[in-house]
Amino acid sequence: MSTTLGSRKVWLYWAAGMAWFYLLLWPLMGIGADGAVSFADSLAVWGYVAAASAALLALRQLHARGAFAAVTSPLARGLAGAKTGMDKVPPAVWWSLALCIAAALPFGSGRYVQDVAINVLIYICLGLGLNVVIGLCGLLDLGYIAFYGVGAYTYALLSIHYAMPFWMALPVAAALAAVAGCIIGYPTLRMRGDYLAIVTLGFGEIVRLILNNWMALTNGPNGILGIRPPTAWWPSFEGTFGFELIQMKKLTALYFVILGLTVLTTIAVHRLNFSRIGRAWEAIREDETAAELMGVNTFRLKLLAYATGAVFGGLAGAFFAARMRFVSPESFTFIESAMVLAMVVLGGMGSIPGVMLGALALVALPEVFRQFELYRMLAFGGAMTVMMLFRPKGLWPAKRFGARSEEMD
Amino acid sequence: MTGTATPILELRDVVTCYGRIQALKGVSLSVMPGEIVTIIGANGAGKSTTLMTICGITPPQSGAVFYQGQRISGLSPDLLPSRGLCQVPEGRRIFPRLTVRENLEMGAFFRRDKDGVQRDLEHVFSLFPVLRERRRQRGGTLSGGEQQMLAIGRALMGRPRMLLLDEPSLGLAPLIVRHIFSIIERINKQEGVTILLVEQNANLALQLASRAYVMETGRVTMEDDARALLANEAIKKAYLGE
Repeated sequence: MSTTLGSRKVWLYWAAGMAWFYLLLWPLMGIGADGAVSFADSLAVWGYVAAASAALLALRQLHARGAFAAVTSPLARGLAGAKTGMDKVPPAVWWSLALCIAAALPFGSGRYVQDVAINVLIYICLGLGLNVVIGLCGLLDLGYIAFYGVGAYTYALLSIHYAMPFWMALPVAAALAAVAGCIIGYPTLRMRGDYLAIVTLGFGEIVRLILNNWMALTNGPNGILGIRPPTAWWPSFEGTFGFELIQMKKLTALYFVILGLTVLTTIAVHRLNFSRIGRAWEAIREDETAAELMGVNTFRLKLLAYATGAVFGGLAGAFFAARMRFVSPESFTFIESAMVLAMVVLGGMGSIPGVMLGALALVALPEVFRQFELYRMLAFGGAMTVMMLFRPKGLWPAKRFGARSEEMD
Repeated sequence: MTGTATPILELRDVVTCYGRIQALKGVSLSVMPGEIVTIIGANGAGKSTTLMTICGITPPQSGAVFYQGQRISGLSPDLLPSRGLCQVPEGRRIFPRLTVRENLEMGAFFRRDKDGVQRDLEHVFSLFPVLRERRRQRGGTLSGGEQQMLAIGRALMGRPRMLLLDEPSLGLAPLIVRHIFSIIERINKQEGVTILLVEQNANLALQLASRAYVMETGRVTMEDDARALLANEAIKKAYLGE
């Protein structure tokens, strides 16, 4: 065994890992709600996992010994060739291709796919916003979802009390979120690192509690019903040709609204990333004191990062309210902040395509695992652990492809 | 020193605290334009705190800092580079994940004259040719000596009239230290940049500087011509290891 399938040590580690996994698994599955104890279910699942991991490990060992060289080396050469070929294609082509696919998606797909796709796009907007704060400026914000909530409630209240159209309320929601960002940022941004994380966590909870308890304004935990969907002028051919104002209740229409918002957010974040301000944010992330010594007004720029992130959160929030046509404080809990943060970290901090991939992975993966309803979170956690082990910098790490910095060379 | 000229930098009775601990207990010193002045002293004497106080990172509790005749204590630190006061901080503090070139560009962050920045970039590359070779590399991948050169180059990108250098020899091989000191001398002699140098390597610093201050536990205990201090028996014993 130790000659063909790797050293004995590797398999000992595997056995220890599997034993540990069973110790973890059994209490989850083996103890019933009524106190009944059984081993059958947990052993069955454990058996599948053990067999699959053993097979994978064996393949990996064989691969390390070059058993598949005949297959893998031409494959690797082909992939490397494809990669250099793909690098020659300008990124604009890839972006337009992605946009075309995204634009074509709702045609010929069902309600379910469109629903998931809308969710993915909302989270991409949130992830890109949080990416400004964490990925570029390096401020760990655990209460980011508060700005999403501010945006959502802004549109919800404006819509039901003043019947303000979505498109007019959108900038108001963004502005109010920015104000909220400044209010939260002003006292907290003097803190650094872990302290900032804890304080933002607190502020996120404060916003949620206000939404939950200010009955007169927000209707508390019952939420706000009857929010209007976005409207659009649509060409009508009934009788004479003209435009009529319609309410966008169809998922397809809503999909294009959020797609538009996502494109807007992406372009804005990209431009910020490569601007003077973006460079200053990166310097602050790398070494705040040094940045200050270079003449960067760190306080103002950190506040700006916070407000900018909040704006994108607010935009996504307003759309969320218009899409659900209902908001309640439940949608803005800490776990949502944690999810968005996980998307940014998993995808690759500071990388726009990374954040998109992260959002796609974290929204779409649980959908894929829906059949295993009960073990969904288990599989989800396992998948995240594996991904962070093998790709610690994220799925698509930020690259320094400085059109800015290499222009003179 | 002529009595009529005004110092480019002056500290008057500066007290700086970290919490309840006084790190500077009333420091007064002055630097004339075009000079190289060094502050020597043991660990914890308050040398680095002096530089951080000048730049406003740790503002003074009492006393005042004057630069070119104007009071700068109480100003926000980010306003100083544009006035020509730049610091090369202790431990280099380059931006590890930015490229060498981006690091240098950060040094010129407050400047809007693109042509001038480009010329200064060429100038820094001519002072430190190794940085040109490594301009696309991330700052964190450079060796210690190269990082020190990058930190000095970055400060020069702000076109300083006065440069504060905090322990440029820290953790570097003697040969590299000599090279860096020769560049510091060149910056002073050829470009007329006034230099305030904080060093533990007292021997080297005193050879380079015209005047020196000796600090002990938050106070200036001695001030003299560098050459006189090099010959001073007490200094020899305490700081020159003879």
